[in-house]
Amino acid sequence: MGDPAAFFAMGGYAGFVWPAYGLAFVVLVGLAANSWWRYRQSVIALERLQQPRRIRP
Amino acid sequence: MPWCGWGATVVLAVGLSWSLAVAPPDYQQGDTVRIMFIHVPAAWMALSVYLFVAVVSAVALVWRHPLAEVAARAAAPIGAAFTLVCLATGSLWGRPMWGTWWVWDARLTSVLVLFFLYLGYIALVNAFDDPSRGGKAGSVLALVGIVNLPIIKFSVDWWNTLHQPASVMRLGGPKIDVSMLVPLLVMAAGFSLLFLTLLMLRMRTFLNERKAVALRLNAAAAAPAPRPPRERTAAAHPGAG
Repeated sequence: MGDPAAFFAMGGYAGFVWPAYGLAFVVLVGLAANSWWRYRQSVIALERLQQPRRIRP
Repeated sequence: MPWCGWGATVVLAVGLSWSLAVAPPDYQQGDTVRIMFIHVPAAWMALSVYLFVAVVSAVALVWRHPLAEVAARAAAPIGAAFTLVCLATGSLWGRPMWGTWWVWDARLTSVLVLFFLYLGYIALVNAFDDPSRGGKAGSVLALVGIVNLPIIKFSVDWWNTLHQPASVMRLGGPKIDVSMLVPLLVMAAGFSLLFLTLLMLRMRTFLNERKAVALRLNAAAAAPAPRPPRERTAAAHPGAG
């Protein structure tokens, strides 16, 4: 396990193991990033809508 | 919610390093067995998230609980993502071990149908201008699609397939060595925490968006501009005259 080259070679299956992990990472992190971005957008939109109401009275 | 997100990150980091570096290679499959540590938990999530969507859809239809429909809407894209991960990693595992990227056998085809059910649900709930109508149509689709779950689960027993039968969730206990079972369960726990985090985040987003729409409608109803002057003063100061 100590040899990094052997670790990255994955016993000759590097072409299958790393794409599998990479793809899962891209899909799940992409979904998480999109969810977070949409959440922030919704909070910002809501704050904008609520702001003038607080000032008016 | 933040603790759940950090929990998911930590558990997934532990699970990933365990799966990639600590767990031993399989005596037959070599290092390709490491694909299992994402493929199998993703498949479990694909099925259980669909079950979740179907159950909360039933709650939404029968008891009309407003949060149930929001939960179903929020969960479906997460389930679709897990199904996509399951299909893609399965393909990448099938190529070196079976000699093919894809076969049209019962297990693979039924999981592909599950993916299309998710996509159909997402498209259907967004196809209506009125969110409650879209939610109702989507709930019916989610409930009809539930027949696919036992087909997926038992496809490996009912039909001849390249896919191996269940080795963890079977009667008589898991048939897999502890050195691989533990990282597998850690990854499954990480995926479950990730699902919970994203579910809560997406539900909050949806509720925020709904609240924003209501506020805009209120603001539009109270807006003085499009009304004639006399009515406007009456509306702006109700009870003043």
